[in-house]
Amino acid sequence: MANTTTEFDTIAAISTPPGEGAISIVRLSGEDALPIAGKIFKGHDLQKVASHTINYGHIVDPDNDETIDEVMVSVLRAPKTYTREEMVEINTHGGIVATNHVLQLLLSHGARLAEPGEFTKRAFLNGRIDLTQAESVMDLIRAKTDRAMQVAVDQLDGNLSRLIKNIRQEILDALAQVEVNIDYPEYDAVETMTTKMLLEKATTVKKQIEQLLATASQGKVLREGLATAIVGRPNVGKSSLLNYLLHEDKAIVTDVAGTTRDVIEEYVNVRDVPLKLIDTAGIRETNDKVEKIGVERSRQAITQADLVLLILDNSEALTDEDRALLTATNAKKRLVILNKTDLPVELDEAELQQSVAPENIIAISALTATGVDQLEQRIADLFWGGIDNSQSTTLVSNARQIGLLNQAKQALDDVLAGIKAEMPVDLIQIDMTRCWDLLGEITGDAYQDELLNQLFSQFCLGK
Amino acid sequence: MEVREYDAQNYDVIVVGAGHAGSEAALAAARMGNETLLLTINLDMVAFMPCNPSVGGPAKGIVVREIDALGGEMAHNIDKTYIQMRMLNTGKGPAVRALRAQADKHAYHQAMKDTIEKQAHLTLRQGIADRLLMEDDACVGIVTNTGARYHAKSVVLAAGTASRGKIIIGELMYSSGPNNSQPATKLSLDLMDQGLKLRRFKTGTPPRVDGTTIDYSVTEEQPGDKEVNHFSYDTPDSIYLKDQVSCWLTYTNPTTHKIIRDNLDRAPMFSGLIKGVGPRYCPSIEDKVVRFADKDHHQLFLEPEGRNTEEWYVQGFSTSMPEEVQQQMLHTVAGLEHAQMMRPGYAIEYDVVEPYQLRPTLETKLVRNLFTAGQMNGTSGYEEAAGQGLLAGINAGLRAKGIEEPFILKRSDAYIGVMVDDLVTKGTNEPYRLLTSRAEYRLILRHDNADLRLTERGHELGLISDARYNKFLVKKAAIENELARLNTVRIKPSEAVNAFLATKGATPLKDGVLASEFLRRPEVNYADALQFIAAPATPLDRREIEQIEIQMKYAGYIKKAEERVAKLKRMEAKQIPANIDYDAINGLATEAHQKLKKIQPETLAQATRISGVNPADIAILSVYIEQGRIAKVSS
Repeated sequence: MANTTTEFDTIAAISTPPGEGAISIVRLSGEDALPIAGKIFKGHDLQKVASHTINYGHIVDPDNDETIDEVMVSVLRAPKTYTREEMVEINTHGGIVATNHVLQLLLSHGARLAEPGEFTKRAFLNGRIDLTQAESVMDLIRAKTDRAMQVAVDQLDGNLSRLIKNIRQEILDALAQVEVNIDYPEYDAVETMTTKMLLEKATTVKKQIEQLLATASQGKVLREGLATAIVGRPNVGKSSLLNYLLHEDKAIVTDVAGTTRDVIEEYVNVRDVPLKLIDTAGIRETNDKVEKIGVERSRQAITQADLVLLILDNSEALTDEDRALLTATNAKKRLVILNKTDLPVELDEAELQQSVAPENIIAISALTATGVDQLEQRIADLFWGGIDNSQSTTLVSNARQIGLLNQAKQALDDVLAGIKAEMPVDLIQIDMTRCWDLLGEITGDAYQDELLNQLFSQFCLGK
Repeated sequence: MEVREYDAQNYDVIVVGAGHAGSEAALAAARMGNETLLLTINLDMVAFMPCNPSVGGPAKGIVVREIDALGGEMAHNIDKTYIQMRMLNTGKGPAVRALRAQADKHAYHQAMKDTIEKQAHLTLRQGIADRLLMEDDACVGIVTNTGARYHAKSVVLAAGTASRGKIIIGELMYSSGPNNSQPATKLSLDLMDQGLKLRRFKTGTPPRVDGTTIDYSVTEEQPGDKEVNHFSYDTPDSIYLKDQVSCWLTYTNPTTHKIIRDNLDRAPMFSGLIKGVGPRYCPSIEDKVVRFADKDHHQLFLEPEGRNTEEWYVQGFSTSMPEEVQQQMLHTVAGLEHAQMMRPGYAIEYDVVEPYQLRPTLETKLVRNLFTAGQMNGTSGYEEAAGQGLLAGINAGLRAKGIEEPFILKRSDAYIGVMVDDLVTKGTNEPYRLLTSRAEYRLILRHDNADLRLTERGHELGLISDARYNKFLVKKAAIENELARLNTVRIKPSEAVNAFLATKGATPLKDGVLASEFLRRPEVNYADALQFIAAPATPLDRREIEQIEIQMKYAGYIKKAEERVAKLKRMEAKQIPANIDYDAINGLATEAHQKLKKIQPETLAQATRISGVNPADIAILSVYIEQGRIAKVSS
């Protein structure tokens, strides 16, 4: 059905130009800007801080408590803002991936992706911009919208569109059945839709949406690379491994502990898995001020990483520092690499196996390049594992789609909650319809008459 | 020889047509104090039911309640004349429950005619309107076929299927209004001369059979409810009818379908004789058999046409097959093997005014002071007609009184609002029927709360008496007080409470809870809760209790819906100036430009509901409007 309430939605967008800047800004505007930002921000309570302040904290995904980025958040209360509405500006530091993630979280928690020129439009409608600028606002909307619509259509993958249309059709069948039961209660040729049937339907659809969202993270990885942190205490051979993987000497490799000081991001293709390698300065307690920045970044790298390659020195016994790293990376997808197999073995592998599965322990010599093959194979297995290769093409590709899918999933959670609370079918159906509408927004199909058409083509109704 | 025209009386409001729309329109206008003329082709067909003898059902039943809350007549009239009452969808949620009554169609007509005759300021007269009296772009009255020139400040047309009506039965086609009444052949032509666009629609009705020749023993009885319910909030429970008449369920079968298929060449639906567009939701039996070829039977309900007649209506058997084929078809049906057909079914084609030419007040955009209502606007159904008639009558009445502020029902106010908004915003390509799925806020638009939604407005218009209004206020206060009380009184986890919960198979209470929370448990109702808390000062009646239970149990869903409505209201508040020049707006997409120009939406919210108008167009439109506003202020 037509969405008539968009004027007063809270909107969000990345306001800095695309690309890797040191800082990016995600902007929110609308009456729910503060509560929505508050849902994903850990730090001061944004609803209580003074207006026009900047607040330190972290963006955390409330679903799994994963920290996405360390941020500074500006709170700007109406009316002294660009749009004259409540505004929040989130300054992110973690690069484009983290910034996208922040946007996506906002979209999953009640914000809508801003239309082109919408911040400026609101500024105008709320009297912030004078008349002479009105024409240019309209030009902006027209020009940007046409392009954006083209882009949105281009970005919509054919497979995704087909999948979503199938899911919508499945929901529509259920909705039509509920409607027939309501509008034609005496019509006996159609089975009565029970909450049990809706439960099955909602569960199936939810699974399908979750699979789509899973391919979304696959897609993200394929596009942006699997963020991979190489960690280990100083001088275990991190840079040697990196160099090997890169096949060129990008990182500085020395024998002096702590010489790799800059975070280096390099992309490398390991058996069709794109890795975004983040070199680290090693995780080591140090008082060296220059080194400290690198250490901080290493910790951050672990948080950001999708995959951790933890390197240990096979020619030395496990140190406390090694054990600390094992603990710090415990919850991560990780491979433990025993380097320097060209030297005599001193490390107690039995202790290691208490916390690491044997298939995730790989012995190599970065110097002689032995074992590196197995390492590459294991990385590929980890990534493609359990996934049918033919389906792993990028489907869900942008924050808007992910946001809508997440909202559709939430609507299904509401369906399930309603069933649990023994609500009648026609109320549960409200959230089911919402799910259907949200999916329709992804593909651009939100035409109310679909339901009536379905009703009258599927069922023989009438007096 | 030419009929000589003469100046007849002057009125405030003239209503043309005394069907379900016209009756409501005339009563509303007169009750608001306007001198009103109700003109009808045949005085014996006031509020006549040419099709099914029933009122209400899903969505429609809610409209009847809304009409009642606004001071209309339909609910009263059916409560006086029903012979069976049934609540539908009782196993479902409160939003979709609906009352339906079988009417004694003769008594229904008689009772409405009686009410109209006794109504002050209202004159009922037989006659046919041939053309409008115009002054510039405004309608100032009508001229009848007998030459009478009636003047009025506003005019409501509710001509139904009489407008150039044509009845079709097999190869037979003749000019006629419903049920062989006289058609109105000239008015349509005059409306087209005024520039209004008309189109042809088609509808149909099944044959009527002699009840003494039906074998009920092979059909299934469909009795009325024992539990008391009426349409009007005013009708006392005590007069509930105990002696109700049953309907009977039977089915078509493959033999019926074979006869239909063998005679399709004689079916006007398929031979090309019928040009008008029929409704998908009310197909003829031949249409069903062709479109759903895999179904080997269809339900038929035998409905009594009244208490003092043996005529029975065969619901589900609408047809325009030739008479002899209809008789053959009927005889294949269980229970109708020897049924005597008293009247054949027929299809009827008629003119409708394309409803996108109307404002939300049902005034035509083209002709000032001219309103149209009912089937003439492309709808189908007595309830849809009555709802529009009431709305048009109120607005015509306000116009006659010189009151500028129109009476508009929004989508979130009433099903009537949903219907009118659909009609004027989207138009319709088939006879329009209300369905619950057309309402996006159906949890708010319930039949049990129509009085809470609309009585206030009915009273403001002068259509609800002070006495009834005061009664309503008492009810409203009782509900609000009890809701508030339940939100403060606590229920402790006593042995009695947990013993009770155990009998319901529910989890016991561990801590004390608010009575309202207790009531939210699916297995608990209000009477149960009262066992564990003090009774209210004044005991609640069944309707008040119903409100308490619904508002408590579904509070979460209701709140969500209300939030959406609140947002929508802000969009509704954004008016589009009446004199807006769409040609002057650069950047609107071509389709949006054409549609906006055609529909002329009154608010931004309405504009968003026009198909083909995209968010970018709305954005541009809103900026343009704001620009105009600033320009006016600054110049």
